[in-house]
Amino acid sequence: MNEIIWLGRGGQGAFTAAKLLGAAYNIDSDDKYGLAFPSFGPERRGAPVRAFTKLDTKPVVDRSQTEKADYIVIIDDTLYSPQLRGLLKDSGKVIVNSRNSIDGALTFDGDSIAAEFRLPTANTVMFGLLVGHSGVVTSDEAVKAIKGYMPAKIQERNISALLRAVQEVAE
Amino acid sequence: MSKKFLSGNEAFAEGIRLARPQVISAYPITPQTIVVERLSEMVEDGSLNAEYVHVESEHSALSCAIGASAAGARAFTATSSQGLLYMAECLYYAAGGRFPIVMMNADRSTALPWNIYGDQRDSLSQLDSGWIQSYAENAQEALDLALMSYKIAEDKRVQTPYMANLDGFVLTHTYETVDIPTHEQADKFLPSYETDNRIDFDNPKNMAFSAGPDTNYIFKYKEHKGLLAAREVISETEKKFAEIFGRKYSGLTENYRTDDADYIIVTLGSIAGLCRETADKLREQGVKAGVVRIRYMRPFPNEEIADVLRNVKAYAVLEKDISFGNEGTVFTNVNSALKKAGVDAKGYNFIGGLGGRNISAGDIENIYTSIANGTDAVNFIGIGGEDNGK
Repeated sequence: MNEIIWLGRGGQGAFTAAKLLGAAYNIDSDDKYGLAFPSFGPERRGAPVRAFTKLDTKPVVDRSQTEKADYIVIIDDTLYSPQLRGLLKDSGKVIVNSRNSIDGALTFDGDSIAAEFRLPTANTVMFGLLVGHSGVVTSDEAVKAIKGYMPAKIQERNISALLRAVQEVAE
Repeated sequence: MSKKFLSGNEAFAEGIRLARPQVISAYPITPQTIVVERLSEMVEDGSLNAEYVHVESEHSALSCAIGASAAGARAFTATSSQGLLYMAECLYYAAGGRFPIVMMNADRSTALPWNIYGDQRDSLSQLDSGWIQSYAENAQEALDLALMSYKIAEDKRVQTPYMANLDGFVLTHTYETVDIPTHEQADKFLPSYETDNRIDFDNPKNMAFSAGPDTNYIFKYKEHKGLLAAREVISETEKKFAEIFGRKYSGLTENYRTDDADYIIVTLGSIAGLCRETADKLREQGVKAGVVRIRYMRPFPNEEIADVLRNVKAYAVLEKDISFGNEGTVFTNVNSALKKAGVDAKGYNFIGGLGGRNISAGDIENIYTSIANGTDAVNFIGIGGEDNGK
């Protein structure tokens, strides 16, 4: 099972990214199973938010919060702390949206790509970076998920941002 | 059939859309809100042709559904926690009036301390109200139960309202892929609602009347018989459902690796999956572990429970409920089933997940270990045992 923890602030779309990944995983396949959920509770703009995606080739029945993740994806670098490594598998990686380099984490200036495509948040950019680094879904599947689950008027810009992020990883 | 990545609430709303209710009365409460929001959007965009009534409270939400049902309409409402308790008076009116309303309840803890997270103390406190009660494990089952609920509730032999329970957040807010049937399939499965139990100007009759000591007990007996008849109707309905939609369900309970099991956890709702996974792990270590998931608390699966626990060395009942001063209510019900059938297995109660506390794989493994070694009668996960006067 692949497990991804998403960190962001209320309004940055961390849970949307978690859902898009879950939806993408079996969008072309009947024998793959995804589960996505937010950290439960009242929603507040700006408050730290966690979201979880679990991906497996059999139905995912463990609905508890991930204790050991393959990836932690952080949309807001003020939420990074070295203690997060305790939530990673040995082979796990942290991907952070940041202009600064962070020891032990993959960093990338996702905000600049978001800005280029007039997006208020870098959630789909970070989704693209995860796709590029992990290959848990293909960029084709990710694009289909955006087309299936994001409002029509923002699909194109989010797809462009996602594909740019995938390309950045490849280069 | 189309595949979609949906939350439990959204999946349930899709099932209700396919059931074509004519009146929806809604009052929002976390974590139920999404289901009435989605239904409101469906009415707005025309994909559901229903009268959508915004009411001022849960008491009014169910009163409105009762009125609609008395007019011969298929009615839906939804609630949770304090909302369910606030409408408690009306639960009995709906059941006693034999109005086959369907209500979704997002299982959530009860105040105080105030808490919006999931446990099952709200719905389990209403077992005596005369409603059928189902507990779903995942979003697909939630959608399927939404469709099956009306067929069961409206059956002439049953004529009883139906409460479909979904664990708050863990099920209502968790997304997974579900198959959504087509309207053609759904219409083949569920015809429109026809009843004599309605206001009819051509054939006027008294409804929702009083009945004194000379006849009251007969109505109560018939209410009881209606709920008991749901046993058979649930089984027939699931058979028909499998024919049309291809998904099979197993009646009042679902057994997992129980045939040769020494140790069984009996539970309900969304935690059952993790119990099955833990049973698998223990089987690899040579422990004969099994799981029984109760799908319906009313009617209660007396025979099923007694049969499956007849030869175990010990069983645990894991529930998100405590009846203060005694034990978990599911445990009481399970023990009664065993006593009636003369089954003498050793049983223990585990209270977990209150106020949304996580139940981990480790907690479940500990339950199997504890019942193999013997423990207190009533145990609070995260705290410890109570000797419970034994």
